[in-house]
Amino acid sequence: MITSAYFDNSATTMPCEEAVLAAEKAIKEFWGNPSSLHGVGNSANALLEGSREAIADFLHCSPGEIYFTSGGTESDNLAVLGAAEKMKRYGKRIVSTEIEHPAVYDTLTKLGNSGFEIVRLKPGADGNISEKDLFDAVTPDTILISMMAVNNETGAVLPVASAKKAAVRADSHALIHCDAVQAFGKMPLRPSSLGVDLMSISAHKIHGVKGAGALYISKNVSILPRVYGGEQESKVRPGTEAVPAIAAFAAAVKALPNINAEREKMSALRKRMLDRFALEGGIEVNSPADSSPYVTNVSVTGIKSEPMLNFLSANGVYVSSGSACSKGKKSRVLKAMNLPGGRLESPIRISFSRYTTEEEIDFLCDMIARAKKEIYSK
Amino acid sequence: MKEVILIKNGELALKGLNRRTFEDILIKNMKHRLSSLGKFDFSVAQSTIVASPADDSIDLDEACEKIAKVFGIAAFSRAAAVEKDFNVILDACVKYLEDELSCAKTFKVEAKRSDKKFPLQSPEICRETGGRILEAFPHLTVDVHSPDVVVNVEIRDEYAYIHGRQIKGSGGMPVGSSGKACLLISGGIDSPVAGYMMAKRGLELTAVHFASPPYTSERAEQKVHSLLGKVSEYSGKIGLWVVPFTGIQEKIKDNCPEEIFTVIMRRMMMRVAQIIALREKAGALITGESVGQVASQTLYAMICTDNVCDMPVFRPLIGMDKDEVIAISRKIDTFDISVLPYEDCCTVFTPKHPRTRPTLDYVERAEEAFDYAPMIAEAAQNARFVNISAR
Repeated sequence: MITSAYFDNSATTMPCEEAVLAAEKAIKEFWGNPSSLHGVGNSANALLEGSREAIADFLHCSPGEIYFTSGGTESDNLAVLGAAEKMKRYGKRIVSTEIEHPAVYDTLTKLGNSGFEIVRLKPGADGNISEKDLFDAVTPDTILISMMAVNNETGAVLPVASAKKAAVRADSHALIHCDAVQAFGKMPLRPSSLGVDLMSISAHKIHGVKGAGALYISKNVSILPRVYGGEQESKVRPGTEAVPAIAAFAAAVKALPNINAEREKMSALRKRMLDRFALEGGIEVNSPADSSPYVTNVSVTGIKSEPMLNFLSANGVYVSSGSACSKGKKSRVLKAMNLPGGRLESPIRISFSRYTTEEEIDFLCDMIARAKKEIYSK
Repeated sequence: MKEVILIKNGELALKGLNRRTFEDILIKNMKHRLSSLGKFDFSVAQSTIVASPADDSIDLDEACEKIAKVFGIAAFSRAAAVEKDFNVILDACVKYLEDELSCAKTFKVEAKRSDKKFPLQSPEICRETGGRILEAFPHLTVDVHSPDVVVNVEIRDEYAYIHGRQIKGSGGMPVGSSGKACLLISGGIDSPVAGYMMAKRGLELTAVHFASPPYTSERAEQKVHSLLGKVSEYSGKIGLWVVPFTGIQEKIKDNCPEEIFTVIMRRMMMRVAQIIALREKAGALITGESVGQVASQTLYAMICTDNVCDMPVFRPLIGMDKDEVIAISRKIDTFDISVLPYEDCCTVFTPKHPRTRPTLDYVERAEEAFDYAPMIAEAAQNARFVNISAR
């Protein structure tokens, strides 16, 4: 009989054994500065470059296209600001969506305040972004299209592969940025095949440790740095590299199981959960039907998110009310979907990882059923 | 739907009776380069090589990236191989080329019918296919002069092949079809480009790098490994010999006039490289020199260097400007590695005022100041081997 279950894997994941060991080894044995030109530095550098190769292999790109950062937010900022600065001579229009993570959304707002024209595509009532809207929005003076691969709150899968097509058809120079933080390791992603020039990824969402992420920058494009300093990361992101977190990142990537088999497992788990919810009644699914199987957003009729979260947490079940980065504010993403008022008050996000079990799903469903009985609903 | 890669070989079609030999080498090279992805079957018909993956799980995106770097290929394209039934062909055109057609604004259809038993003639195939595509993609218009996408329908013996955009190959001749040569590589911008260019003409590469610790670092050698790794994506595997060169360089410094250090050093390098080249059964040396680029690359300096070589020295960059060389180094992805700031053997003990017009007589006399012959033999003997192959 289990007593706790973690369903907030979109916020962060439990580090895998491989990542923990790699970080520990790096801290103890490879503590040199990778830029130092002596033996201690050389061995840290070899570890750093080996990690870069492992991640490049996984993304089917060249190691020189991987730039390490501190995580998803920094990668997104570097991509969006660096691309806008580089491309501004071609135009001022940036196409994105209403459902981006704040790391992109707020960064674009900032650019909007300094003279860029920000066009944000709205999702349909089903939570999906339409391909046609994307084609219509991209004009010849569009310089950047920034679109996440999988939405962090609903799991909606966005038409990233169409971004390049829209740019080509519009005869625009636009760079394509994809925030793939929630998708990396969870669906097949190859930037070159997707026509993506810039792709943000993060270690701690795939069982790495916090403090490392990366930005893929296609060798065919260049962007301007946001910080200045040393020669690290080809001057695009100077600063001594966080070798232990990066080594753990590579170890976590190498430990990723086969993506397709894993997705099937997740879909089965999700079906088990949704079947229970349907039986229970009073639980509405806010995620699109074809969303990523890792993330499910539901609203429990009449019960606000916060008491639900607190009740579940007190009983050992850990879910979230939306993006962990927005700390409890009403969800901009769900609002953009025009969800009816009641559902906006009561969303909970349930996100899986490869460690999620059927037993945990049953435990979650039992607890939600209990919550419905025990929490006073309006 | 079965997907294959159609490969058009370039110059090979001109090789008359030797063509088959060249094609065999090309296919062998492709097999080798694709081996990490899985098994491919190859067949040849009418100057096209068809590479078919043995199973569906093989990653064709990656295969194309690899094929784009194999010398001896003019152009290639991914194609759908379908049953020779016209309805199947029409459906496949719309479905298979969806991505390309949705990006485009204009298109045209080209048909080739080598199987003359196929009921429709080429113009009819074009007309019908065009009509179907217009129905499926109403945003498109036909432009027969400069279309964004050309939809190709080739009716061949076994299958009908459907493909869109052709991708330009790396050109040149299959590596190994012209013999083997030995590249002198320092770590700068030029030598990897020189290696790439000679591999393009079908030469298999072996390489020699001169290491002068403690004047040069482990990182400098690592840099050469990385550079050759990039070159080997085109040339196939490269055997690298790392020559301990400190002793010879120190002797030159102690015994010879400073103004001709570099020329004498290069003569020593040529001598060592030549011994290794002979041992490796290579027939020529390759350097990244360009006339007039630096003091050791003037005509007069080259006369002095070449004087110690019994085998031809290939200098593919001889008439190129630096920016032309840089353009190639960017293309083959070596530039960013080349500019890493580690000291290499060529920058150790660089004279302040090198002589740009050394005479052979002067250089030869200066060199006699120390007994270099045994040191040359020893350096070649003690060279360490590193096997470099593409990632």
